[in-house]
Amino acid sequence: MKRLLSGNEAVARGAYEAGIKLASAYPGTPSTEILETIAQEYPTLYAEWSPNEKVAFEVGTGASLGGGRALVAMKHVGVNVAADPLMTFAYTGVGGGFLLVSADDPEMHSSQNEQDNRFIAKFAQIPFLEPSDSQESKDFVLKGLEISEQFDTPVMLRLTTRISHSKGIVEEGEPVTLPEPEFKRDMQKYVMIPSNARQRHAILVERLGRLRKFTEETDLNVFEDNGSDFGIITGGISYQYAKDNLPDADYLKIGFGFPLPLEKIRKFVASHKKVIVIEELEPYYEETIKAAGISVEGKKYFSNLGELSPYKVSIGLKEAGFIDKVIGSEFEPEDLFPRPPVLCPGCPHRGVFMALKKLGVAVTGDIGCYTLAVLPPLSIMDTCICMGASIGGAIGLEKVGSHEKGVVAAIGDSTFLHSGITGLLDAVYNKSNITVIILDNRVTAMTGGQNHPATGYTLMGEETKQVDLAELCKALGVESVRKADAYDYKGTLEIIKEEMKRPGPSVILTDRPCVLMPKRIMDRPYTVISDLCNGCSACFRIGCPAIMTSEELTKRKRPKAIIDPLLCTGCTLCAQICKPEAIVLVEEPVKVK
Amino acid sequence: MDNKVTNVLIVGVGGQGVLLASEVLSETAIQAGLDVKKSEVHGMSQRGGVVTSHVKFGQKVYSPIIPYGQADVLISFEQAEALRAIDWVKKGGLIATSTTRLIPPIATSGKIKYPDDPISDLKKKFGDVIAIDADAIAIELGNPRLVNILLLGVISERLNLGTETWQKAIKMRVKAKFVDLNLKAFAKGRELAEESVGTPL
Repeated sequence: MKRLLSGNEAVARGAYEAGIKLASAYPGTPSTEILETIAQEYPTLYAEWSPNEKVAFEVGTGASLGGGRALVAMKHVGVNVAADPLMTFAYTGVGGGFLLVSADDPEMHSSQNEQDNRFIAKFAQIPFLEPSDSQESKDFVLKGLEISEQFDTPVMLRLTTRISHSKGIVEEGEPVTLPEPEFKRDMQKYVMIPSNARQRHAILVERLGRLRKFTEETDLNVFEDNGSDFGIITGGISYQYAKDNLPDADYLKIGFGFPLPLEKIRKFVASHKKVIVIEELEPYYEETIKAAGISVEGKKYFSNLGELSPYKVSIGLKEAGFIDKVIGSEFEPEDLFPRPPVLCPGCPHRGVFMALKKLGVAVTGDIGCYTLAVLPPLSIMDTCICMGASIGGAIGLEKVGSHEKGVVAAIGDSTFLHSGITGLLDAVYNKSNITVIILDNRVTAMTGGQNHPATGYTLMGEETKQVDLAELCKALGVESVRKADAYDYKGTLEIIKEEMKRPGPSVILTDRPCVLMPKRIMDRPYTVISDLCNGCSACFRIGCPAIMTSEELTKRKRPKAIIDPLLCTGCTLCAQICKPEAIVLVEEPVKVK
Repeated sequence: MDNKVTNVLIVGVGGQGVLLASEVLSETAIQAGLDVKKSEVHGMSQRGGVVTSHVKFGQKVYSPIIPYGQADVLISFEQAEALRAIDWVKKGGLIATSTTRLIPPIATSGKIKYPDDPISDLKKKFGDVIAIDADAIAIELGNPRLVNILLLGVISERLNLGTETWQKAIKMRVKAKFVDLNLKAFAKGRELAEESVGTPL
């Protein structure tokens, strides 16, 4: 059957067809839908959200050790978290096939960096496969697992946002039949004490030798002979961008990217007048090819910043002399207002950041929707580095003592469970004088509303034990753990003030759920009594998308506020800060579908 | 072999239904027996940011991204977003936009301004534009969520995919109890488009 599938959905389908026994992940854009699709469409597979990528990876290694095929999925920076087991699992090798899906995010659509994880595969010395569309995303899952078992190695499937989130037609197949998994005890292989690890390192090097032969022979690396006197070496989405421009050139399309087929490349280059390399982000292919003494050009024509596109590739091809002209736009781009993402109307994070802005304290931030508090008009966040970094960062900042008004760490519930717990432990252990606000909206919101260990549900929809965040913090040794209602601006402000005065670390848990997920929360909306509005703009400064400027002006020519009743959730925050009390509950509730 | 690829760009603001529109359009192209690719970015952009969906179909489609300046059709759910996307559209292409105005919080500060009349700016630069009050028409038809199918109806004549193919795709992609309403919205869109000038691609 043929279906229109995203790259992520195709990977999920591949997992099903490949007879995967276990899939584990921590949600992260652009990888999230892989596990969601597995759980929704192929519930016969065991799939779980793990608390973080390191655990997800380790769960996968266990499944593989037990003889089952395993797939672990994460965004590019998640692989950093999982790097510790990855580096050593490359030594032990696998039982059942093991596929690590790394979804990179060139252009940083929803990420803090755009690291190129092809280098991580090379660093760990494991093969990576790179699909160029949805069909290959599915097919390469099966091939990757075969290679994993054939060579006794974990394999990386490297996706990028445009592969993960683009859709194409996929021909679906039937699931394979595999023998029942078997656990085989093998201490020399799996127990990496130094004496065993030394042997395994040697085996890894020997395995690489066999993989170097394999990469020359596999049809994953394809020579497309169309008879042109110039050639292009490319892979992944860049291949498609090049084909958009030059459908009939000669290509060496790389689907198996580590180790590279250097002899195949050598022949390809020797048989063409000029060969260029087209790759997104870093010059991974180019450097490897040049280091082998083969003459190619690449980054000379194509930027290593952000995503490529058909248009950007056409500019590079023109500079390289491969095409005559670049077709662009006949219209000048408009210089319009920006429309950055914002905290939703009724978002429970808003009240907390309004209070923090009032206090003017240093705020170390973290990864989640609440990072949007850095944008105007709230503009109250001083750092955002990686998952969990808010707490460690706050400890260091507080120890140096250069802050004036105190240090607050702001971290979401899912992020806290991912990697904030150890930071908080450090704050207790080393007597840090910080206040940690856990923005508990009871869901992994940024990535679209996934469950986590404090929601009470698993990925597969089963009820489960719900970790109690307050008790967890107390168990770590935090003496003051308090709850705050994020819809009560003054109450929240007072609690933060009190906790900041208190010596030693303290934790404030906000306890309003996300307004979008899992259920949309809509209370009766508020409205502006125009005659009372004095145009002070205080409500504009809380950055609520439901509040807009009216065309009606005050005597001083300042715009009055209006509230969109279809967007307002009735959180009341704007009403709480409106001095002339112009914002009131609408008398007749508006019917919302 | 003539491999004419048709490029349709759909833009709007997070939460407006851009993604459903591109799903139905893609399904229609599949039902017409064509190769289809489409691309959009999820994640942070859904929090009230700009949402863009590229749909390409033809005998063989390579990348899912429309080459810059080469969209045959632009569908916009918001009038300023139509103006923002003008440089993606081919000369002689079709622009259909809703007259919906969504002014972001950032443009309430006074320093950053939402344009007074994006549609007249668009007409001045681009020429003919189909602008309809899609939100109001959808509510009139019975449900504010009909905007996406209504807009697809407006541009459908241009794409030569056949009315029956469209109807089939709508039946496949819309919840059963909403099919009739959506078919009505689609027909309304076609009717509105007939009132505007336009030649098939």
